[in-house]
Amino acid sequence: MTPLLQVREVAKFYGARVGCRDVSFDLYPGEVMGIVGESGSGKSTLLGCLAGHLAPDAGEVIFDTAVDGPRDTLRMSEPERRMLGRTDWAFVHQHARDGLRMGVSAGGNVGERLMAVGARHYGDIRSAAVDWLGRVEIAEDRVDDRPTAFSGGMQQRLQIARNLVTGPRLVFMDEPTGGLDVSVQARLLDLLRGLVREMGLSAIIVTHDLAVVRLLADRLMVMKDGHVVETGLTDQVLDDPQHGYTQLLVSSVLQV
Amino acid sequence: MNEYNFAYLDEQTKRMIRRAILKGLAIPGYQVPFASREMPMPYGWGTGGVQVSAATLVPEDRMKVIDQGADDTTNAVSIRKFFERTAGVETTEETGRATLIQTRHRIPEETLTEDQILVYQVPIPEPLRFLEPRETETRKMHSLEEYGLMHVKLYEDISQHGAIATSYAYPVKVEERYVMDPSPIPKFDNPKMEMAAIQLFGAGREQRIYALPPWCEVVSLDFEDHPFEPSKAEHECDLCGAEDSYLDEVIVDDAGGRMFVCSDTDYCRGRRAAGHVGAQGVPYEEGAA
Amino acid sequence: MMIEIENVSKNFVLHNQGGAIIPVMAGASLSVGRGECVALTGASGAGKSTLMRMIYGNYLAASGRIVVGGVDVARAEPREILALRRETLGYVSQFLRVVPRVPTREVVAEPLLAVGVDRDVAMARAEELLGRLNIPEGLWGLSPTTFSGGEQQRVNIARGFAHGYPAMLLDEPTASLDAANRETVLSLIEEAKARGAAIVGIFHDEAARARVCDREIDVSVFTPKAA
Repeated sequence: MTPLLQVREVAKFYGARVGCRDVSFDLYPGEVMGIVGESGSGKSTLLGCLAGHLAPDAGEVIFDTAVDGPRDTLRMSEPERRMLGRTDWAFVHQHARDGLRMGVSAGGNVGERLMAVGARHYGDIRSAAVDWLGRVEIAEDRVDDRPTAFSGGMQQRLQIARNLVTGPRLVFMDEPTGGLDVSVQARLLDLLRGLVREMGLSAIIVTHDLAVVRLLADRLMVMKDGHVVETGLTDQVLDDPQHGYTQLLVSSVLQV
Repeated sequence: MNEYNFAYLDEQTKRMIRRAILKGLAIPGYQVPFASREMPMPYGWGTGGVQVSAATLVPEDRMKVIDQGADDTTNAVSIRKFFERTAGVETTEETGRATLIQTRHRIPEETLTEDQILVYQVPIPEPLRFLEPRETETRKMHSLEEYGLMHVKLYEDISQHGAIATSYAYPVKVEERYVMDPSPIPKFDNPKMEMAAIQLFGAGREQRIYALPPWCEVVSLDFEDHPFEPSKAEHECDLCGAEDSYLDEVIVDDAGGRMFVCSDTDYCRGRRAAGHVGAQGVPYEEGAA
Repeated sequence: MMIEIENVSKNFVLHNQGGAIIPVMAGASLSVGRGECVALTGASGAGKSTLMRMIYGNYLAASGRIVVGGVDVARAEPREILALRRETLGYVSQFLRVVPRVPTREVVAEPLLAVGVDRDVAMARAEELLGRLNIPEGLWGLSPTTFSGGEQQRVNIARGFAHGYPAMLLDEPTASLDAANRETVLSLIEEAKARGAAIVGIFHDEAARARVCDREIDVSVFTPKAA
C-alpha cells in the first residue's frame, strides 16, 4: 500500500529559532494521526508546513495525488497546491471564523467548495449543502442563516461540513475542539469520529487535549521544542509513555 | 484655456495612462494599476473616467458625457464643461455624432460603432471585493482563475430572494479568462458589451484601468438552473413609447402618480423627434424644454 | 500457535522520578494454540495485566517477541497492530470505554461493522448477545454511558464477543456477575474455544478458571529477581 502522505525531514526555522525540524513520517489511507505537545512545541508550525500554509526551509511533503500519483507538494506550482486545498485536502481551523465566511449563509459556506470546483447548478449545490448540514446535525431551516447567528459548536460543525463536502482524502485539523464547552466537544468528537470512519478519511489532528486524540487518533506523535520525541499507537503512547516529556504530559492530565 | 495643457493632464501623465489602457486592451478584463492623479473634482465624481478620457481625447474628437443615461445631470454637465474648457473639443448630446462618450452607469441604447470609444466611470473595480476584502487574495484569485467565490454571491442572491437579485454591476467573464465588474450599469446593458466600440474603464480612487477591445466575448455569470436574464421595468416609455429601452421610474406627484421614461435621454428625444409618442407624452417640438 | 511469546521483558523508566528503572518482567515465554484457553495466575502485582497489555500492544515490550496471528506486536507499525486488533485479536477489559451518544446496539455491533459485516447481520448478532446477557431491550437504543456498572460490564462483554476473533484476551470476564450472567459468559468462552479461538485470560474466579482453562501459567516466574 502506498502511503497517502510521506513526510521527509521537514524543517522550519524562524530566524535562528527552531519552528520544527527532522520531522518524518508516513500516513496511510484511513489513518488518523494526532500531534500533541504544549504551546510552542512546533505542532502548529508543522501542520502549517504540511498543509501548505507555511513554506518549510527543508524537507519533502509527498502526497499521493489522485491523478499523478505521489508528488512533492512543496515543489508543486501554487495553482496546483491551491487546487489540492480545494479538492483532496481540507483544513479545519481552531476558530471557526478563520475557516468560514461570516457574511455568507450556511448554505453558501458549504456550497463554496463545490462552486470552486465548477458546480454551476443552484439546485444541486443547495441540496448538497442541506444534505451536509444534516450530516453535521444542523437543521435544514438554518441553511440561509449566517454563521454569526450560530453557536460556537454549530459554527465548528458548519466548518467541518464546508470542508468535507467535496470528499477530501486528507483533513488537517488544528485544535478542532479548542474553545468549546465540554459537552459540545463530546458531540463534535463523536461526529468527527463517525465521519472519519464513514468516509475513510485520513486526518492529522493537532491538539493539546489528550482526550481528543484518545478518541480520534490511531497513532500519536509527541512534540517538544520543535522535535518529535515519541511516536506510536495512541493508546500505547498514552498508557505506556517512554519519553520523559510524554510521561510528564500524561501525568499532568487531571483524572475525572 | 492657455493655462492648461490640452485636456488638463500633462503629456507624461497621459503617456502613463495610455500605456495602462493599451495593456488593458491587450489583456481584456484585467485590472491594470495606474498612478491616478488628483483631479479638480472629488473622488466618486468620475475622476477615473475623466483621466481615461483626457488621455484618449484628440482635438478632433466630439465628446458626449452621460450620467445614468442623461446628458443634463450635474455630473454630466460639469464633466462636459470641464473638457470644453480644458480641451476645447466639440461636445454633443447625440450618441451617433459622438466619437468619445464618457458614461456613468449606462450604455447608450443606440448601437455604437467601431469608430467610437466608450469610457466608463468605475467606483469599485474589484468584483470580488465584497466577499474577499484582502487585495493580496483577490489578486491571487484573478491570477489563478479561482472564481468560485463569484458564484457564492449569486448563490446568496437566489437563496435570499428566490432569483439572482443583483441588478446592476452584474459580474461578467471576459474571453473565458478574467471576471470583471462592468461598473454599476444595469444588467439590462450587459449583453450590449459585446460591441464594435472600444470600451475603457477608469477607477480613480482605486487606481485601476481595464478595457474591452471590440467584439470581446463578455458572458454574464449565472447558474444552469437560474440563467442570466437582462431585465428592465415591464413597461414602455411614457414619453416616446419605446419598448426596448431601459426605463427610469419617476414619481411625479404626492398622490402616487408616476411615469416610466427612457433613462437614455438622447435616445428618447430622438424617437420623439421621429414622431413616436408615449402614453403620457406630447408631440415633440424642436427647442422645447 | 496463535499466540507465541518468547523471552519478553518489560521495564518502566520513570524519567520524572530521577530516571528510576523498574524491571517488571523478564524472560516471559508462553504459547497458546487454537481452541486453547490459558489462565495467567500469580499474586496481585505479579504482572498478569502487564503481560496482557503487552500482547495487545498497549504496553511496549523492552525485548523479545510477541507474535499473534503472524504479527510481532513488539515491533509492528501502529496500523498493523490496529488491523490485528480489528480482525484477529479481541480484548475484553474490565471497563467499557465508549464515545458518548452512541446507542448500546451500535457499541456492540461496531467490531463487526469494522470488519465489513453487513449491517443487518451485525445488528442481529448484537441483539442476540445483549439478549443473552440480559440487557433489557428497552436499553438497546440508549448510550451505555448512563448504565449501572454491571450493565456496562455486560455490554463490554457482548462487544468483545460480537466478532469471532481467532485470538482473545479476557481480563476478569466473570468478576461481579450474578450466577445467570456468569453462566452465559462461560458459555460464550466455551463457544469461542469450540470455534478455535486461542484465549489468554485472568480469572480470580477459581471455579470459572477450572471450567474453561486448559492450562495455567504463573507469571510470578517471569518477575525479575532483582525487583
